[in-house]
Amino acid sequence: MAQVAFEEISKVYPDGTSAVRSLSFEVDDGEFMVLVGPSGCGKTTALRMVAGLEEISSGTLRIGERVINDTPSRDRDIAMVFQSYALYPHLSVYENIAFGLRLKKVPKDEIHRRVQEAARVLDLEAFLRRKPRALSGGQRQRVAMGRAIVRQPQAFLMDEPLSNLDAKLRVQMRAEIARLQQDLGVTTIYVTHDQIEAMTMGDRVAVMRKGELQQVASPQELYDHPVNLFVGGFIGSPAMNMLEGTLERSNGSVAARLGSQSISLDSGLLDARPDLAAFEGRPIVIGIRPEDLEDAAIVGEVPAGRLLQGTVELREALGSEIMVHLGVDAPVASTVEVAELAEDAGVPTPAGGTPDRATRIVGRFSPRSRVKPGDETQVAVDTQALHFFDPETGLGIYS
Amino acid sequence: MATVLRVVRRAPLNLFLLVVAAMWLVPTFGLFLTSLIPKGEIAREGWWNVVAKPSSMTFDNYRALFDNNDLTKALVTTAEIAVGNTLLLVFIAALAGYAFAWLEFPGRDGLFVVVIGLLVVPLQVALIPIFSLYNSTSLFDTVLGLILFHVAFGLPFGIFLLRNFFIGIPKDIMESARIDGASELTIFFKLILPLGLPAIASLAIFQFLWTWNDLIVALTYGRDTQPITVAIFSQLRQFGSNIELIAPASFVSLAIPLAVFLAFQRYFVQGLLAGSVK
Ligand SMILES: Nc1ncnc2c1ncn2[C@@H]1O[C@H](COP(=O)(O)OP(=O)(O)O)[C@@H](O)[C@H]1O
Ligand SMILES: [Mg+2]
Repeated sequence: MAQVAFEEISKVYPDGTSAVRSLSFEVDDGEFMVLVGPSGCGKTTALRMVAGLEEISSGTLRIGERVINDTPSRDRDIAMVFQSYALYPHLSVYENIAFGLRLKKVPKDEIHRRVQEAARVLDLEAFLRRKPRALSGGQRQRVAMGRAIVRQPQAFLMDEPLSNLDAKLRVQMRAEIARLQQDLGVTTIYVTHDQIEAMTMGDRVAVMRKGELQQVASPQELYDHPVNLFVGGFIGSPAMNMLEGTLERSNGSVAARLGSQSISLDSGLLDARPDLAAFEGRPIVIGIRPEDLEDAAIVGEVPAGRLLQGTVELREALGSEIMVHLGVDAPVASTVEVAELAEDAGVPTPAGGTPDRATRIVGRFSPRSRVKPGDETQVAVDTQALHFFDPETGLGIYS
Repeated sequence: MATVLRVVRRAPLNLFLLVVAAMWLVPTFGLFLTSLIPKGEIAREGWWNVVAKPSSMTFDNYRALFDNNDLTKALVTTAEIAVGNTLLLVFIAALAGYAFAWLEFPGRDGLFVVVIGLLVVPLQVALIPIFSLYNSTSLFDTVLGLILFHVAFGLPFGIFLLRNFFIGIPKDIMESARIDGASELTIFFKLILPLGLPAIASLAIFQFLWTWNDLIVALTYGRDTQPITVAIFSQLRQFGSNIELIAPASFVSLAIPLAVFLAFQRYFVQGLLAGSVK
């Protein structure tokens, strides 16, 4: 087991596509690192460079103390789980799992012991004689895992290993892989475009966008302190609401003006984040997480300065909570990041933003809320939890 | 009701297939029966008369065939040529097909276009030049010479077929093997060959049938080295009427490749479909 270190790693494909740009971060020994980002951001390319399946255009890649830029795959001592599983179709499950060990000339009884152990851990004992085509998707996935773990490699690489499974199985395997990794303590790089997988599985998460690393941090840190608009919008489901406003100071207190509405900010905010002072009178992007919105009717006393007025458009009851989609009269933040995230989510352009159409925001309300579509309602905002971003650079303002 | 409709709709096709089958089977059947007619009676009777008089059938002609040294030697020579050139062809075409499909080397695509171009070169244009070449080396009138000729002319199609089949094998599988510690040779022997078996078997059957039945190449490059086709051919010229030898020899010469085909036809069909159906 070993540390994996990326130092200024870049990849330019022969056709000129610059898929990964100057990627630098380290995966600690035994750590579960998740590489996440929208489709096409270069995650697979980065992983394939670690695997030795793609040449590294520039930079240095280390596993442990070894620089492995020019080491062929078979000498890197890593194991990879492919999105397609890449099982050997003509070999039985047993032989699939044993394949790597046979090539390494591991003694027969040792191979047998390791394959049996892996089959036991992965619940594959009953299928060892079957061919891959006679297995279900979930079983194939586990065979692919088995093939990786018997090798006892320096590192596991996994490229969206769960994306071919149905939703229920995905949740189950998510937990299983995380548990397995914890038991084995093997350094793991796990690629996914699903931020929920990233948040639930990773010790740390590296967020990529268009070939560039945005932030590497623990899931909670990413959630609480996204370095920029992109990370803020990408991490979290439903996504953070991004509104464009201006900061105004009137007799000592600061307020954020959002279209025709205004919310007053805590007096301590400017002391805690003095950089915000520079944005007085200038546009700023204000991010509000859905859970920081609540139906004012069930909160009780809310100061007038912490209310937003909106029209309920949709109510999605999930039992433990309700997702309420509201139209509010406030301009949506119109930055490239927001447009990109909307596109990745499959929405052509961010909802609203035009004067005649209200911006749509999402609130995560308590199930006690009685709001229904068409209602004009008051929404309480937890102003302590607001995020601020510079619309020019997209950077979060935390100091 | 639905089945009746289906039978009616398929009737023209089935009728056509029946006619084609009859066109091939009747002469074959006739050849077989002819080979069973006793030596003295062949000239006098048509084979269809034998059906009416089964008691006159005899396997004497086959006994005579296997006692005839020229013909048995010719059968052995045919087998040597057919098996030898098929194995060599498959081995070379598989290696080349893998290289064209999965290895990156400069000029690969240009070279492959050349291989495809060679597909259209008819073997007849090479008969004379190769004849001089064989004469000046010691390959004339040898089994090896015939094998090499057949391999050379089988290669363009062989490489083309196998390359196109191999390229359909998912890349992930080979990458996975590479990470598992496999070298190119291991990948070739442990993955490509077993996964390419349908295409390889098809190619082998094609080549085996083709070279087993070859007459023109063997006639050109052999004098004493005679495969069965040439041997039968020369029997025809020597004695106009020794049907009692020609009929069983032809039937044996026909039955062996047929048996090979039937034994491997499962792979053959798979190989032909391969690539078109994913
Ligand atoms: N073999 C290749 N040749 C050229 N461009 C490629 C190749 N593979 C991927 N790309 C491009 O590189 C970028 C990153 O791709 P990829 O690493 O697969 O992204 P992800 O896995 O994050 O979806 C994409 O723009 C993609 O089109
Ligand atoms: Mg990918």
